[in-house]
Formats: sequence, C-alpha cells, structure tokens
Amino acid sequence: MPSIDIRDFHYAYPPLGQAEPRWVLRGVDLAVEAGSCVGVMGATGVGKSTLCQAIVGIVPQLTGGIVRGQVRVLGEDARSTPVPDLARQVGMVFQDSESQLFNLTVEEEVAFGPENIGLPPEEIESRVAWALTTVGLIESRKRSPVELSGGEKQRLAIAAALSMSPKVLVLDEPTAHLDPRGKREIQALVATMVRDSGQTILVVEQDADWLAELADRVVVLADGRVALDGPTDAVLGDPEALLALGVGPPQLSELASAINRDLGTRFAFTRLDEAEWVLKEDLGEAP
Amino acid sequence: MRPHEPGTSPGLSLELVDLTFAYPGRPPALSGVTLRIERGEYLALLGQNGAGKTTLAKHFNGLLRPSSGNVLVGGRDASDLSIGELAQQVGYVFQNPDHQIFAGTTREEIAFGPRNLGLMEAEVAKRVDATLEAFGLVAQADTPPAMLGYGTRRKVALASVLAMRPQALILDEPTSGLDRRSVMELMGLLSAYSGEGHTVIVITHDVRLVADHVPHCAVLTSGRLAARGGTQSVLSDANLLSATGLDLPPVGRLAQRLGMGGADAPLDVAAFKRSYEVKRSESRGKSR
Repeated sequence: MPSIDIRDFHYAYPPLGQAEPRWVLRGVDLAVEAGSCVGVMGATGVGKSTLCQAIVGIVPQLTGGIVRGQVRVLGEDARSTPVPDLARQVGMVFQDSESQLFNLTVEEEVAFGPENIGLPPEEIESRVAWALTTVGLIESRKRSPVELSGGEKQRLAIAAALSMSPKVLVLDEPTAHLDPRGKREIQALVATMVRDSGQTILVVEQDADWLAELADRVVVLADGRVALDGPTDAVLGDPEALLALGVGPPQLSELASAINRDLGTRFAFTRLDEAEWVLKEDLGEAP
Repeated sequence: MRPHEPGTSPGLSLELVDLTFAYPGRPPALSGVTLRIERGEYLALLGQNGAGKTTLAKHFNGLLRPSSGNVLVGGRDASDLSIGELAQQVGYVFQNPDHQIFAGTTREEIAFGPRNLGLMEAEVAKRVDATLEAFGLVAQADTPPAMLGYGTRRKVALASVLAMRPQALILDEPTSGLDRRSVMELMGLLSAYSGEGHTVIVITHDVRLVADHVPHCAVLTSGRLAARGGTQSVLSDANLLSATGLDLPPVGRLAQRLGMGGADAPLDVAAFKRSYEVKRSESRGKSR
C-alpha cells in the first residue's frame, strides 16, 4: 500500500459570493511509496501548497471548499480523519515556517507536539533530544527561536515535525527564503532523513539544482494535474519540457542540452558529480 | 510608458562614505562601508543572510540614518533630505510584499504612489494602466491584493513602486518565492528599466541570478564591503566566494572541477559552452 494515495483529486476554495468555483486541483493522481522522497515542482499558483495541505487534512477540513476524488495517507482518509489524529503520523513544515514557531525556547518548541498527545515526560525528553540532535540544534536547546538564523529556524520547524515521529513528512518550499548556507543545511538534513529513517518525504521546491541531489522521483504539476512524473534524472533531464510548464530546470541539464545542440553529443546529466564524470570522459581525462 | 518628464535625468548616483550603523544595543551591522554606485549603474548587492545588505540599502531612502559616516543621494547629503524627498527619487521594494501592500484593490495600490507625487488624475490613470499591462496584472486590477497568491502579491508590490518611475530602484530579494517564468519576466523588466538609464540595485544571495543578469556587483560580509566590481571579475575570485559563504552557480563549480577556472572562468551556460568547446577541440587536437 502506498503511503500517500491520491486519486482523481479535485479541489476548489470556497467561492466568493455568487462567483463560480475556481478549481485549483483538477484530477491529481499521485501514489507515493513508503520510504521514498518525491519532489513536487510547478509554476506559482498551480496548487502545490494546496496539495500539501490536502495530504495533512487541512484542505478541506479547515478551509472548506469543494472536493472530489480521494486522498488516503497511511490508509486513512485525509478528507475526514480529524487533522489532530492525522498529525500523529503525518507532519508538515509550512512554506512560511517562521509562522509556526511560537514558544520561548527551542526545546519547548519541539516538545509542544509530543506534550499535546500526552506522552510521558521521559518519552518527550528523549524525542526532543533525538529531534534536535538530528537537525543539529541540540546545543541551542535553551535559546529563543527568535535569535536563530533563517536556516536554523527552518531546521527547528523540521525538528518540531520530527518529534512526532511522523511516517510521512510534507515540506512546502523549505528553502524559499534561505541563503546558500541555509540551503545546504536543509539539503544535508533531508538527505539524512531519507537515508536513515525510512520516512516518506514529499518536498515542494522551486530550485531544481537542489532537488536533483535529493529526490528519487519528481512530479511536475500544471493546470491542476500531474503533468510530468518519473525518476528524477528523467524528469529533470528534459529542460525543454520543464520550461514549457514554467518550471526552471537544473542549470546542468540546461548545459547538457545546450552542448548537445551545438556539438551533436548526447550528454545527459543533472548533478555536479555526474556532469564532471561525463565531461572528463569526453575530454579523454581519467574521471 | 513615457520614462521621464522632460528636463529630468533618469539615473541617480548613490554613495556611502565610511558608513557605520548599529541597531540600539547591538554590535554594528555595518562598519566603515565606502561604496559609490554610479548614475545608471545596474548593481547586485550580494551576501549571506545577516551580512547587512538590507541595512545598507535602507540608508538610501532614509528608512535608516547612519550612526556615523555619510550617505549621498544624487550628490546631496541624505541628512539634508526628508524621507518624502528621498522616496520620490529612490524606490524601495521590500522583501515581504505584505510590508507595503495596503490598498483595497490592485489598481488602487498601484495608483497610490503616482498620486502622492502630485500627478494629474489623467496621468495617474495612464501610468496605472501601463503598469498593469506591463506586469500582466490587468485581470487582477479590481481584486484585493490580499487575496492574491504570494508570487502575484510580490508583482503588485514591485509594480506599485515602478509606477512612480523612481530614478533609482532598490529591490530586496526580488526573486525569492517566484517561479522561473516570473523570475525571467522580472529580470527582463529590470534590465529594460536599467537600459533607460535608471540606477537599479538588486539585493540577493543568489549568485546564479547575478551571473546571468546583473553586470556589476558588490559583496558584503559581516557588515563590511568585501568586493566591488564587474560581476565576472568579482565572481571568478574563488577565495572571495568561499570566504563570504556564497556558492558559485553549478556551471561555475563544474568549470572549477574541470580546470576551467581563472579570471575568465565561465559563470553561465553560454559562457561554459564556449569555453568547453575550445577545451574540447584542444584536447582532440593533442590526442591526434
């Protein structure tokens, strides 16, 4: 059974006054296997955040609106299973994660979720220590979240989600406002989570270079549906198809395609290590 | 859109002389920064989060006043100019659109600035229509900006500043949260605005954006100016980039790994392709 199983899912936010409903999602089909990391891309306004919120039940339970089709997460119907019940197994870090942080100290922020489901104090302490160690903030446990850098705040928001030991974790543009250092921090963290914890991760991201290093599979949304879906190299290795959908390809796959046009070569690479290997071989240097 | 009233010059020089600034009770956010931005220059202000980029830029429109040192706008000391006078000359687009959006409709939001400049209603209407058109916001003209998506709100914020046709335009992280198509549109608009002779400053930590679009750059680190010059010469200094925590774009890193570095190291796809083709034909020549 897939961890996330979305079939023919349609959604429209509640119409204003007499206006016709505006469908944001128009028949999304997406099944995500347990333990995989799926990247979701798409132009602004295509419904990526709406899809994330549907997976954790916020859409439609807190937003209202019109729904058709199915969203099942870990076998539960996300349209009707109460959001707090889903949250025990399905975590989400919002695009504007700063808005999620509200406690006085880093450790209180992380303890908040486990306290709310009534876990015993020893269990809470061990989860807080584990989550803060995982994201590299254990030394900062007594600090105020307000003092943290952008990358640290984002890691704290992820730690708060991790402390619930979710089987499924949804990250909505986790690097949108981060500088290069912060982006590297989050990339390393997500890579560790994928490798070590067996969690199912769905990550929405605009930066294809960043995603190319992480995801097993990439899905591109357009016109409220899944327009492209396949292994990361296949989807991100086709810059023309991505650009046609308003999505920026990895710079290296644009490079491969530009060189191929001029030289008649058939290079295919999306990541730095791959590109180095392919071009060194082409130059007759030992890769 | 008519760029300027007759008799006014488009660009504006902006200058900092030994600028130091500290927020109350904090160590200095900027220390001894001297930087002259020429009339009509198109410059990126690069640096990590917390390097002092936004703090620096806010001195040009009077949002911040120096702890010591001087700020010159069009050759005049900014301390002799009111915030109102500065705002007419230096447009500032905030990183968070919700810090500046307040009107009930997109049209009203865009009309606010030109109206405040004291323009006739007919001219205001003309500018608003031209701006809505240029930004692809015609369909959203009567929608409350608060109901638009994040990317679209960012466009509205930028449009409302550009409608004032400021001589110098400063944008704080204008591309974060935008998709590729919107980034290309935005950079096209900025390049055209700069082409008309306006001064344009883009604050960013995205080195790829700068390498692809912006001819000059200045790099800040921990409140100090670390470099200033043509984008190619600043970004081909590998030591500088690693010392300031910035990343070369992927093609730049690939060039380093292939030994294609140096002063003319390729920083964008087209330049990499040219250098690679040269290197490839050399290596084939040798092996024959």
